[in-house]
Amino acid sequence: MADREGVTLTVDGMEVTVPKGTTVLEAAKQAGVLIPHYCYHPGLPVAGVCRMCLVEIEGVPKLQIGCATPVAPGQTVRVNDSAEARNARQGVLEFLLINHPLDCPICDQAGECELQNYVFQEGRSRTRYSPTYPKRFNPVEDFGGDVLYVPNRCILCTRCVRFMDHVAGEHVLNVSERGDRAFIGIHPDRQLDHPWAGNVVDLCPVGSLLSKDFLHKARAWELDHAPSVCTGCSQGCNVNLDTRAHSVVRVRPRPNAEVNSHFMCDHGRHTHRAMNRGDRIEAPLVADGDTLVAADWDHALARAAEIITGSSGSAVALVSASMSTEALHLLKVVLEGFDVTGAFRVERAEGGEEPLAGVPGLALRSERAPNVAGATMLGYEEAYDRGVEAIRHAALVVVLGEDLDGVSPDLLQGGGNLIYLGAALPEVARSARVVLPVTTVAEEDGSFVSRDGRVQRYFQAKPGPGMARPSWWVLGELLAELGRGEPLASAAEAFDHLASAETAFGGLSYERLDLKGIRLEQRTAAEVTA
Amino acid sequence: MHEASTHESVFTGKRRARLDEIMKRYPTKQAALLPALWMVQEAQGWVSDVAMAEVAEVLELTPAYVKGVVTFYTMYHQHPVGTYFIQVCTTTPCNLCGAEGVTEAFLRHTGCGELGSTSEDGKYTVIEVECLGACGFPTPVLINDDFIENVTPETVADILERYG
Amino acid sequence: MGYPHEPHERETVVLSEHFGDPAARTYDGWVDRGGYRALEKALGMEPQAVIDEVKASGLRGRGGAGFPAGVKWDFMPKQKTRPHYLCCNADESEPGTFKDREIMRWTPHALIEGCAIAAHAIRAEVVYVYIRGEFTEAIAVMQHALDEAYTKGVLGRSAMGSGTSIDIFIHRGAGAYICGEETALMNSIEGKRGNPRIRPPFPAAFGVFGMPTTINNVETLTSVLHIINRGAEWYKSLSLSNPKSTGTKLMSVCGHVAKPGNYEITMGFPMKELIYDLCGGMRPGRTLKAVIPGGSSVPVLNREEAENCVLDYEGCVAAGTMLGSGGMIVFDDSADMVYQMMRIAKFYAHESCAQCTQCREGTAWMVRILQKILSGRGAIGDLDLLLDVGEMMTGKTICVLSDSCAAPVGSAVRKFRGEFEAYIKGARQPAVALV
Repeated sequence: MADREGVTLTVDGMEVTVPKGTTVLEAAKQAGVLIPHYCYHPGLPVAGVCRMCLVEIEGVPKLQIGCATPVAPGQTVRVNDSAEARNARQGVLEFLLINHPLDCPICDQAGECELQNYVFQEGRSRTRYSPTYPKRFNPVEDFGGDVLYVPNRCILCTRCVRFMDHVAGEHVLNVSERGDRAFIGIHPDRQLDHPWAGNVVDLCPVGSLLSKDFLHKARAWELDHAPSVCTGCSQGCNVNLDTRAHSVVRVRPRPNAEVNSHFMCDHGRHTHRAMNRGDRIEAPLVADGDTLVAADWDHALARAAEIITGSSGSAVALVSASMSTEALHLLKVVLEGFDVTGAFRVERAEGGEEPLAGVPGLALRSERAPNVAGATMLGYEEAYDRGVEAIRHAALVVVLGEDLDGVSPDLLQGGGNLIYLGAALPEVARSARVVLPVTTVAEEDGSFVSRDGRVQRYFQAKPGPGMARPSWWVLGELLAELGRGEPLASAAEAFDHLASAETAFGGLSYERLDLKGIRLEQRTAAEVTA
Repeated sequence: MHEASTHESVFTGKRRARLDEIMKRYPTKQAALLPALWMVQEAQGWVSDVAMAEVAEVLELTPAYVKGVVTFYTMYHQHPVGTYFIQVCTTTPCNLCGAEGVTEAFLRHTGCGELGSTSEDGKYTVIEVECLGACGFPTPVLINDDFIENVTPETVADILERYG
Repeated sequence: MGYPHEPHERETVVLSEHFGDPAARTYDGWVDRGGYRALEKALGMEPQAVIDEVKASGLRGRGGAGFPAGVKWDFMPKQKTRPHYLCCNADESEPGTFKDREIMRWTPHALIEGCAIAAHAIRAEVVYVYIRGEFTEAIAVMQHALDEAYTKGVLGRSAMGSGTSIDIFIHRGAGAYICGEETALMNSIEGKRGNPRIRPPFPAAFGVFGMPTTINNVETLTSVLHIINRGAEWYKSLSLSNPKSTGTKLMSVCGHVAKPGNYEITMGFPMKELIYDLCGGMRPGRTLKAVIPGGSSVPVLNREEAENCVLDYEGCVAAGTMLGSGGMIVFDDSADMVYQMMRIAKFYAHESCAQCTQCREGTAWMVRILQKILSGRGAIGDLDLLLDVGEMMTGKTICVLSDSCAAPVGSAVRKFRGEFEAYIKGARQPAVALV
């Protein structure tokens, strides 16, 4: 373990001080120098095999690998300033290309390929490997799960093997054979179906391990990336949503040492399907007799405000634990004055948790919603049946993102006035007086509270359909319509509203949460009151 | 190939006892992997995927792990080989002294035709092997466990008489 | 002795005294020949005293690296808090080297004795003798001798009644040259692929099973018993040229000499005399062309260099090569250096463990370039390419397998360039089809 003692060294002329025990490669990163590498990955044990990160260290006769060499006081490291190191890297690149097909035009990795990038950056412009020599050839193999192995592109960095062995804790991959005949093997009777196996695709620095789900769906350079939080469970893994043409085509982990290291589970990767659903409500709807008719926002909001103002007594809020903390809070404010039954439900996986053995505290949690903690903190109870039952005697029913599975149409029709906020309209909710279309996690800014009380922001990745608006905006407008404040201009303002009203969130702001979030319990008293 | 139905357990009875004895030499079970694989090959002539799975179970490893190790070491046969497995050293020192002629003689006299393939009668497989470590006795040949020195193309026929 | 030939009077017969004498293989025969006296003496000494004696003798590792054996032992922790291990490297696989095999075949008890002495010195209770899988006969002989040693109480809970527990086990390799590299050897004992490990940590701190470990070559360990028997001063006096190279060295001489075999010489012996006197010179009508003196992994010497080379660590370095394991491959004027370099490169390509990029890809690439040249389709530029590829393969990998391929090939290109050019210019008939 690195201790607090600082070590000062120089990397390509840049002085940097890092904790004792830091590797040269990590120290160089902090000095702003990326030492090219393949086998090294901060989330995996060091292998030291690709030999790409060779650097010159003054006073040491041979080049050293940055990934396994600890920093030393006064060390002078040369990465780009060293001709010898540059030549060594160029050599590795040339060697790697000997058996690597030049099939970038049909390779999913092109554009985010570390081999392509480094060759472009500092490789030879022409190969010296005779075109008459054969290249290693092995057929594409289906590893099972979501993973395809294209052995011809493999550079034997062994990140995948090390991930499965040391992080997933399931030795299902191996390096088979020796020398230039070597390849990544899997036992014929086994599949790469571990719940976290999909990480090998992200870890692969080249296009050798591919996601079947993403296969040929997009070129890397066409993708936009938005930081987000996984909605697959309550763990709160930091992710990026990769979009192409307003469609989320891939969910990939975004490193956060305190939440998910560098990883996410396969279940989480599949959440993008729900983000691209086509059956969306694209305009506010207002009841006209027995039918719902499209309306503009002014009209719909005015109608909703009328309904709320015209109701009194008890209200039921059926919410989804996948809605933003901002929306859950604003709904609570909207319903102030009512005797409110606030309820949500959570899908609980039967198999229980699926931990990632090598990362303590990281698991696919059995509760499959991202904001269970947020909803609970704001007073909503995991008591869906009770909430549904309360509809019978309620003057007002507001649904926020809940799809009302198992609720009978009769009950809803016989209950109080229904205002429905959601992305899609379930059949049963057609008895609503007003339907307000809201955006999904991919289409808005917002925040969730993960199971360990970490407040984390997510960012808009694509536009919402038609007239759909973020829940915070809709509820903010509604509050204004009710004469209880100014409309909210941004999700940040909605969060500020929350922070000023709820002491648990006191002192927080989007700026403070930044990209990695803040764990509520870990804050000092001073931070809370700040 | 449906090996599963024909695979007989290797580590039962005396062999299991011998493996248990070997395991005592090491602080980990895994360390008995190479000896265990030798026992498999001794019993079955080669190391099949099913046998690897058995070894994995006995030593508390995974089949994939065992396979990675098996494919590293060239002396473990990943396919059935002839009754007599003939390894002719053709590395530089032996090569200088005519080892390639010895290889050819073995291929001719066994009827194997080409390196690595097994003769039609199933008796012989001939391969070139890298340095057998007997460079002063060119050409050394390993037939199963018999280490034979100073083999020349002329002596091959006589040697094979003993393996037929 | 120059086994399988009669000993030559100019040899210094210490390790090889009993080569060819089947009676020396047995426990009784070994004891009759003065065996196990050294072990008994060592067990009566403090471990540090044994280490100091070996240090004073100047004995250096005979496996190839030439690191002082006593210094290596001294790296082991003095306070034993965890198990210590000794690994005997009997994975002799370096092309041209066949000395350890003879030690094990003829004097198995000498190796057992050396191992036990070293185990006592480094406070190891367990010794693994890692013998390459192909050495079927050596394994059988060693196993028989070990069984005898246990029966006679030499080994076990109380080695020779000393109260010191020493166990020696044979671990059979299974066909992998690289397991002769000490960290790969440890991995192989642990039941892993024989991949060399990155260092640090070094074996004395984190060796086999993560415990403090020393790895010594067969010849090194066998030399130890003679040092204990006859004293460091005697051993040190066995030095003809440089005081840093002491003792005797078994030179395995093979290839184009009249009498190939193992010759035991005093350090500093002239290579010329070894070849022409002891080994009987070249075959009739042939002249010396080249020598690779230290197993195939060191630079090749041309005739002039070879005839002026002194056989010890410093002498070989001065000649531009290394003593290595002492496996001398002799080439006469009939040898095709291009073909033989291809064959050497092929060996290393076959044996590369696949970890480091330069080695995995570079060794195979070298083979292809050499085959292209041999096929008559080479270009002059291929020679510079060979040198450059060799440069990219040198000093950049976890172990030196990659360097070991580049060194002979690179030196041959420099010293026998004419032979390469002959193929390229069509002056010589192609030797292999283009692959």
